Amino acid sequence: MSDVSSKDAKGPDAPPGLVARIIDSDMFHSFLRSRITVLAAIGTLILFFVAFFAPLVAPHDPFDLASVSILDARVPPFWMEFADPRFPLGTDDQGRDIISAIFYGMRISLIVGFCSVFLAAALGITLGLIAGYMGGRVDAVIMRIADIQLTFPAILIALLVDGAVHGIFGTLNREVFSFWILIFSIALSFWVQYARTVRGSTMVEKNKEYVQAARVIGIPSSTIMIRHILPNVTGPVLVIATINLALAIVTEATLSFLGVGMPPTQPSLGTLIAIGNDFLYSGEWWIAIFPGLALALLVLNVNLLGDWLRDALNPKLR
Amino acid sequence: MLGFAVRRLMQAIVVLLVVALLSFSLFRFVGDPVNMMVGIETSIQEREALRERLGLNDPIPVQFGRFVVKAAQFDFGTSYQFHQPVSELFAKRIPATLELSFMSALFALAVGVPMGIYAGLNRESRLSKLFLSVSLVGISLPTFFIGILLIFLFSVTLQWLPSYGRGEVVKIGSWWTTGLLTWSGLKALIMPSITLGLYQMTLIMRLIRAEMLEVIRTDYIKFARARGLPDRIVHFRHALKNTLVPVITITGLQLGALIAFATITETVFQWPGMGIMFLQAVQNVDIPIMSAYLLLTAFLFVVINFIVDILYFLIDPRLRVERA
Amino acid sequence: MKTKSLIVAAAAFVGLTISSAQAETLKFAFQGTLNTLDPYSLNETFTLSALGNTYEGLTRRNEKLEIEPSLAESWEVIEPNRWRFHLRKGVKFQNGNDFNAEDVAFSLKRLHSEGSDLAKRVNADVKLEIVDDYTVDFVLPSPNPILPYEWDTWYIMDKEWTEEHDAVAVTSASDTTPNYAALHANGTGPFKIVSHEPGVKTVYEKYDGWWDKPTHNLDTVEFTPIGSDATRVAALLSGELDMVYPIPVQDVKRVEDNPGTRALIGPELRTIFLGMDQMRDELLYSNVKGKNPFKDVRVRKAFYQAIDIEAIKSKVMRNLSTPSALMISPFLFARSDEFKRFPYDPKAAKALLADAGYPDGFEVGMDCPNDRYVNDEAICQAVAAMLARIGVKVDLNAQPKAKYFAKVLASGGYDTSFYLLGWTPGSFDSWNILDNLIQCRDEKGKGGAFNLGGYCNKKVDELADEILVENDQTKRDALIAEAFTISNDEVAHIPLHQQALAWGVRDGVEVAQRADNQFLFRFVTKK
Repeated sequence: MSDVSSKDAKGPDAPPGLVARIIDSDMFHSFLRSRITVLAAIGTLILFFVAFFAPLVAPHDPFDLASVSILDARVPPFWMEFADPRFPLGTDDQGRDIISAIFYGMRISLIVGFCSVFLAAALGITLGLIAGYMGGRVDAVIMRIADIQLTFPAILIALLVDGAVHGIFGTLNREVFSFWILIFSIALSFWVQYARTVRGSTMVEKNKEYVQAARVIGIPSSTIMIRHILPNVTGPVLVIATINLALAIVTEATLSFLGVGMPPTQPSLGTLIAIGNDFLYSGEWWIAIFPGLALALLVLNVNLLGDWLRDALNPKLR
Repeated sequence: MLGFAVRRLMQAIVVLLVVALLSFSLFRFVGDPVNMMVGIETSIQEREALRERLGLNDPIPVQFGRFVVKAAQFDFGTSYQFHQPVSELFAKRIPATLELSFMSALFALAVGVPMGIYAGLNRESRLSKLFLSVSLVGISLPTFFIGILLIFLFSVTLQWLPSYGRGEVVKIGSWWTTGLLTWSGLKALIMPSITLGLYQMTLIMRLIRAEMLEVIRTDYIKFARARGLPDRIVHFRHALKNTLVPVITITGLQLGALIAFATITETVFQWPGMGIMFLQAVQNVDIPIMSAYLLLTAFLFVVINFIVDILYFLIDPRLRVERA
Repeated sequence: MKTKSLIVAAAAFVGLTISSAQAETLKFAFQGTLNTLDPYSLNETFTLSALGNTYEGLTRRNEKLEIEPSLAESWEVIEPNRWRFHLRKGVKFQNGNDFNAEDVAFSLKRLHSEGSDLAKRVNADVKLEIVDDYTVDFVLPSPNPILPYEWDTWYIMDKEWTEEHDAVAVTSASDTTPNYAALHANGTGPFKIVSHEPGVKTVYEKYDGWWDKPTHNLDTVEFTPIGSDATRVAALLSGELDMVYPIPVQDVKRVEDNPGTRALIGPELRTIFLGMDQMRDELLYSNVKGKNPFKDVRVRKAFYQAIDIEAIKSKVMRNLSTPSALMISPFLFARSDEFKRFPYDPKAAKALLADAGYPDGFEVGMDCPNDRYVNDEAICQAVAAMLARIGVKVDLNAQPKAKYFAKVLASGGYDTSFYLLGWTPGSFDSWNILDNLIQCRDEKGKGGAFNLGGYCNKKVDELADEILVENDQTKRDALIAEAFTISNDEVAHIPLHQQALAWGVRDGVEVAQRADNQFLFRFVTKK
């Protein structure tokens, strides 16, 4: 645990040596050592880039209805018969360019994924730490709230929140509402995992000598929780968070399948798959398969990075 | 131990009450049940009369009170869609869902645990990396898509496995049905179980790997090794046992998630369980079924969590000090 | 102890497979569930169709939807206000009871009792008089030429059976104990229901005591609901099922190409159309404030002409739709070929919008179901894209039917500005369209209750009243044509098309595909 205090000591004059320190760090070495991680990092960067700069990179704007023509519907990808050079990966049932839709859709999926995972993790870790560390009544209350939360799967939360929001605000601006409904629903159904995992590890961790020693010398509970226990529970949390980012994107897709995800006029990657799903048997496989591949690629890269990050961050594995 | 159990029981009742209240107050927003119960040509006056008869015009607390009193007697009312007592409907559907969830959990554990141990012990091996990558691809596609792809491959193209339903089921006792005893029932279980269990398998595998990686580097294991204990004993008696706390937490949680996520799998494979019934209930605003489903899953979750907590006690003696 | 019951169960199972192997069994799937067996609980096509194999009405319809005698052998109008029905003799219910006039009288009473969803099949002021055991008279307050048009789905129940099982009251959702008639059936039809697990499986068996000569060769029929389109099609392609319906339009070719299966395509009677709120002074969902653009016929016509119906037909419906100029199927109105659609013309549409004072268009919210009609959501999306080209920005709100109907129908306060709806006239007659969709209504829905946009023209209402009592077919058709001409010129609605029926059938199975989407086993033969 010496690195914690040394970091504190060097804190103020960190900026000048930051780059040098990163290059010199164990993490960077382990990063370069693993070829697959480098590949994953490059892949992730490219995907993030095309997603966040979709309006600049994409050949068409699939969300602009005036530019979409139904007469271009279901054009196959470039190597097949009847392909159209305007649409390299073909078009969907509404005549939207698939590759543009993937870029735009990935942006929505990523934002939904990040926001919901971040929200879930923040909530779950805080509550889990408190529950595990305090124990007793606080623990019981938080864990019972968690139990209640678990009985509401994301699907149901989305349905309920969706209904409630529309009941209160009406149905205008559906795109905006759907977006926030998704984030909240997914975050609400995910936080319990973090809370329970963090709580379990905290309960083990807090009985260890170093925590008891810290307590004896009078370090406040909040400091102990954040400085000493939190770093030791990040391993499982990171595993969950990386898988959760994937799961959030996939859950969003499932919700679209059930009709409570992003509307088809503003499709996410998941919505695109759900739409394309209907055309699998009829031979227009590209409508579902390309977004599916994009999703798989994105999730795979993120997870590979997460794997590496997890091992690299874990002091016990050095 | 007994005091602990009693305390948890009290908490469980509170949980169930809160779930009942939450679901009940939120259900109002899901839609109008009357619309689903009558045809399109029914007049407004008739609709209003039906609403009155159903008690939908009463204040929410009154409706809730009525619900709790009846639920305590296992009476969840009559389904709006099926005109049958909800408790009977669930009794018929529960075996299908539990059997599917159980088989999925079995699949997830039977495949996930050995793969996790192997990947944890042989961190750098190609096979471990293959396990990790392949399992990632498996979870990066939505359940419904995997299910439909499986159907496309194994039912439509190869015609090996049935695309829908439970096959022939055998009745055991007064209400339990099982597909485990017939050939067609077993065949029908394969694709849904894999579809449903794939995500859990990946999670368990990765978790076990992560824990194993940590544990085999601890002083305690190094010491055991230094004592000259054979690898097999070190790995399985010492190391694996220490990975179990988080694994049990997650597995316990995932068992609940299996039941919840069964809704999607059941929809894709037309599995006649309670998940598909719940989803239909949501679409048709069948409030009695929705309420009962929520209470039932709440009940299952509470039971599972209770068992998980007891297991904590048994596995990690350090936790006992705290409670006692 | 468990082992013993297991062995018994296993033995029972083996016995079951052996006995069922010899019989001709039809296995089919539909997208929805059969929720109740009570024939008066739910006025919905599939429920009525499924029960139509067990129950029968006084009349029935053949493959071509022509009315023919069923439990009534014949009928006549003996006075303008009095219809006489001669009942078939020697008919037995499936429990062995005799069918007679008492059962008809009982069924009428039950039809009009509380909780019945089919009460409109017979007007409430129609009186029934029993002349003798096999003759009944229906006495009407005013003449009605279409009186028995919907009686093929008014099923006759057995008075003794219903009373014996305490099922006289129609099953309603508020019942705390299940109604016997919701789970059991006792009709006079060609099949009896031997087991019924709602939402899982329903099994029919041939009824040997049926009065008519069976043309089918089935012994057992198994029905399974399969909600997922892909799974339903897969079950047909893999040979697990003999017949599934509906199949999505995009899978028709696949079902055709697959060896051993074929698709049956036929016109459906339902008309899909768009409606616009013409009643409120300001639209609920629009950026136009202080006035309602849809009150201007030029705006409505602009919307009409902006829609490329042929593109919807070829791209969304894969040619499995018939563009329609009328709110009723051409099969149901003899003079329908006199009507033409306004041509697709985006330039003209834009000019009309500019004339009306919206040269840059405006924004409007659109409500659409996404699980009710064939490709409903895709149609709405296509419409939104087409309207975008004349400058109208559509905010599309596509929802599952439960939420959609709760919002846009009377019970939701007609909470919509622009919507897509489908309608099949239950009586197969134009008056039903005028009565439900075109007649004026007030805020509460009195009048044309499903005229969601609130189009209103007193002249059309007067014509509708005349049509109802007019007995002369030519005069009646002229009145109908006049009413449709007025409402078309004023763009009361934008009719889109009649969707096609698409059923998937295994080779060797012959079925009759009726245009009302009813699947009746008596028309099935299996090789």
